[in-house]
Amino acid sequence: MGRYALRYGVLAYLSMLLVVPVGMIAYRTFQHGVSPVWDALSSDSATSAIKLSLLIAAIAVPINVVFGIATGWLLARRKMPVPWLVNAIINLPFAMSPVIIGLAVFQLYGRTGWIGQYLFDHQIPVLFTWKAMVIATVFISLPFVVREVVPVLEEIGTDQEQAAEVLGATALQGFFRVTLPAIRWAVVYGTILTVARALGEYGAVNLVSSNIVGQGLTLPLYVDNRVNQLDPTSAYSAGLLLAVISLIILVGMTTLSGRRHRTAEETTA
Amino acid sequence: MLYLSLLVGLPVAALISLSADSTAWSAVYHDAHTRTVLEFTFAVSLAVAVLNSITGVALAWVLVRDDFPGKRIVNALIDLPFALPTIVAGLVLLTLYGPTKPVGLNVAGTRVGVLFALLFVSLPFVVRAVQPVLLTLEREVEDAAACLGAKQWTIFWRIILPAIRPAALTGATLAFARVMGEFGSVVLISGNIPRTEIASQVIFNDVENGAPAQAAVVGIILLGTALVVFVLLGLLMRRWTRHG
Repeated sequence: MGRYALRYGVLAYLSMLLVVPVGMIAYRTFQHGVSPVWDALSSDSATSAIKLSLLIAAIAVPINVVFGIATGWLLARRKMPVPWLVNAIINLPFAMSPVIIGLAVFQLYGRTGWIGQYLFDHQIPVLFTWKAMVIATVFISLPFVVREVVPVLEEIGTDQEQAAEVLGATALQGFFRVTLPAIRWAVVYGTILTVARALGEYGAVNLVSSNIVGQGLTLPLYVDNRVNQLDPTSAYSAGLLLAVISLIILVGMTTLSGRRHRTAEETTA
Repeated sequence: MLYLSLLVGLPVAALISLSADSTAWSAVYHDAHTRTVLEFTFAVSLAVAVLNSITGVALAWVLVRDDFPGKRIVNALIDLPFALPTIVAGLVLLTLYGPTKPVGLNVAGTRVGVLFALLFVSLPFVVRAVQPVLLTLEREVEDAAACLGAKQWTIFWRIILPAIRPAALTGATLAFARVMGEFGSVVLISGNIPRTEIASQVIFNDVENGAPAQAAVVGIILLGTALVVFVLLGLLMRRWTRHG
């Protein structure tokens, strides 16, 4: 009796908070058919938002993956001067509000900022362009790859790497042939999370964007803009597009974590 | 290291130096609106943390100990708030609990609406913290207690709760910190009404109104609070591991 009450209570809470709202947005988007949705997504302002989101992700994600692996490797394998400080810095983007991160970037690259002053003197526009949005996105999605890679590196230990070294592999060979294959699922998992965050970020990029329609709006900013301009069809279409992307990411994450656990069991067995 | 300090250190240093301005501090201190907003932010974050501890433990319990068709899908759904962009979360809640009232409830522009949005985005923290602990919990102890005549509630309070308490508290603290700085999911549902604003919106508005120093001060207050909460959590954890 109690078990069923708890089960259905919990499921009701979940559906009230998650399932029904997300289903509702799909219904709202398609309530007048598919063609208005297609029109809304292929409008100039929408395609520009899609392109900007993809551009930012295409730059920010590879940066964070490469530096994430490098930082993770340094943290797990080399003695860092002040490890707790490095750890704190890496986790900082998770502890900070996106708006505060946006403000920090805004201040640094603004007209009076330490870097901004130089940029303005040399007439290199960064703030309110896609460049500042890339910087904010890199900042906000920094921790994902590092946090996935470090525990795996610590768990697998250095035996295989040492064996490769003894057998005459160079450091680079050892890394690409031994270390990287061992951490590949962690890297993929971290990358997916980075992509999700980069595409979905709103608060941080909002502060450093020009917010000009058709130029400075990413998809999330475009959703907000359309709601405020009372253009629900476009808002729902863009919102649903983002929701579909995150559902795909969710499915990817779930399948992947199953596979990772299996691989982990095989290696320890 | 150089990369890290350039990317993270410099902006944060810029933020701190921006907030090192006594006029901005006194402006924030004397601004009644900012103070109300900060009070509301802390109160609602605390409420979210408490509510999440209850629902999160219940969810984790059902996912670990109960069995029903579709459990794996429900389990995957828990992560949805992390995968869904915050602005879409806001849009979703606005659609269902907004002015069009498909379920006869309009909380847009109210503090309840803000609470809904914050519960939505912070749902996974406690569940994901408690779940692994519940999985490793040994059933024998509970069975032994039951054999000795303990009622279900006694078992929960005396055996299960002490075991999952550190994990639940960690999850709740993470939720608290996340929610205190939340922005994207509340902008749509709070509807630009001063009464429903939370701290991030004040920061945003201060920047838009050309008062970045005040925005930085509010930001530092938020960061400082998060820091204090995490230090308290660390101290509490240390005490618990020492005693248990």
